[in-house]
Amino acid sequence: MVSALLPMRATGACVHRRGKRLIGPVDLVLEGAGLTALIGPNGAGKSTLLKAMHGLERLSMGRIKWACGAAQAQRAQAFVFQTPVMLRRSVLDNLAYPLRLHGTPREAARAAGVEWCERIGLAGMEGRQATVLSGGEKQKLALARALICAPQLLFLDEPSASLDGRATREIEALLRLATQAGTRIVMATHDMGQARRLAREVVFLRSGKVHEHAPAAEFFDAPSTDAAAAFLAGDIVD
Amino acid sequence: MNDLWEGLWQAARLVLSLDADLYEIAARSLRVTLSALVIACAIALPLAAFLAVQRFRWRRATIAILNALMGLPPVVVGLVVYVMLSRSGPLGVLGLLFTPTAMVVAQVIIIVPLIASIAHQSLRELWAEYHDLLISMNAGRMQRIATLLWDGRRALLTAALAGFGRGVGEVGAIMIVGGNIDHLTRVMTTAIALETGKGNFALALGLGFVLIALSVMVNLAIHWLSRTETGGRW
Repeated sequence: MVSALLPMRATGACVHRRGKRLIGPVDLVLEGAGLTALIGPNGAGKSTLLKAMHGLERLSMGRIKWACGAAQAQRAQAFVFQTPVMLRRSVLDNLAYPLRLHGTPREAARAAGVEWCERIGLAGMEGRQATVLSGGEKQKLALARALICAPQLLFLDEPSASLDGRATREIEALLRLATQAGTRIVMATHDMGQARRLAREVVFLRSGKVHEHAPAAEFFDAPSTDAAAAFLAGDIVD
Repeated sequence: MNDLWEGLWQAARLVLSLDADLYEIAARSLRVTLSALVIACAIALPLAAFLAVQRFRWRRATIAILNALMGLPPVVVGLVVYVMLSRSGPLGVLGLLFTPTAMVVAQVIIIVPLIASIAHQSLRELWAEYHDLLISMNAGRMQRIATLLWDGRRALLTAALAGFGRGVGEVGAIMIVGGNIDHLTRVMTTAIALETGKGNFALALGLGFVLIALSVMVNLAIHWLSRTETGGRW
């Protein structure tokens, strides 16, 4: 499933805004399966890099190349934002929306929505307005809405930021199911415990650049850079 | 003050006595304004959504012009439509001058900028909220517009009602293009203007009160039908 889209190669990718460099130059290869955790201090460029890979941020320099065409690659991806954006519709209509966009008949889309409602623990809430859900429910709904089209690649921007333990556990369970189903995931997170639990590999960003890119076990046991070691030790890293 | 009380009495008398003329011109007022509203919404709402989602070279200028046209003088609109529809005008062959259709045309021109501007303000905010999500989902331009129109329907209803209010109270343009012909193009506002001109202030006020009641009823009916105040709907 992943092979059609990956590997992705970012070469000298930079994003500037109002003359200020947000990330770059970034050289990164994304391949294989599982979950890649993007970690780093605040302002390191995690969200910007995610958005640049997804095409929501325009590169000012460099390029990002997919195994397939850029348009085809974007169609095979989904993105879940740190603050989930809820359409002003019911829970069920939010879930059915991406399927309807891709031409799925209304009844089939709604049936899939009902199934996903049960899967994420929102059964019985199909008719409720999505905008009035709790933070955890919104995040689960946003994740389910992203997964309902079975994307090959899923970008997550701090999916469990400001969620309690139970909601975080539910989100992580969904992510495990998604990776088992073959969805490749790239996730920005501040939660080192979450990165340890879920990640196959880690990309450590600092000042908009990839400082370290290693298998998760190797990175957490023996980071190869002083900055990464200091970050893992809880020291303040700029 | 006496005129006001007399006007209220006249209004009640006209309504309760089932005055045929009153019901005829009230029905014509509603028919003309609601027709204009439907046509104007069909033009203005997609235009507002397009201006919200699409970036193009003259976008800011277009929005500025649209906002400026909200204050379009109805008399000038009436004159322009009159010239266009008069026998010697480019559309004279259609024979529409002094017909309800001409009045609808004039009202559409007057209320399109108003509805489009108000709708655009709301849809622009909604687009700012949805932008990244819809781009991320690969929604096409038409799908983005349709999504904004559906999810922003409450604000769009407000825009439409503002257009209805402007249209139903309009007198200058429809007097010129309609001619205030009895049993053909006379509507509430032109009847009020006529009675005021004749010095029948009480009857004019009575018609005015009926017009206000009509406008309030239509607004309430639209709110009720669309259930805008139902809790948790948005």
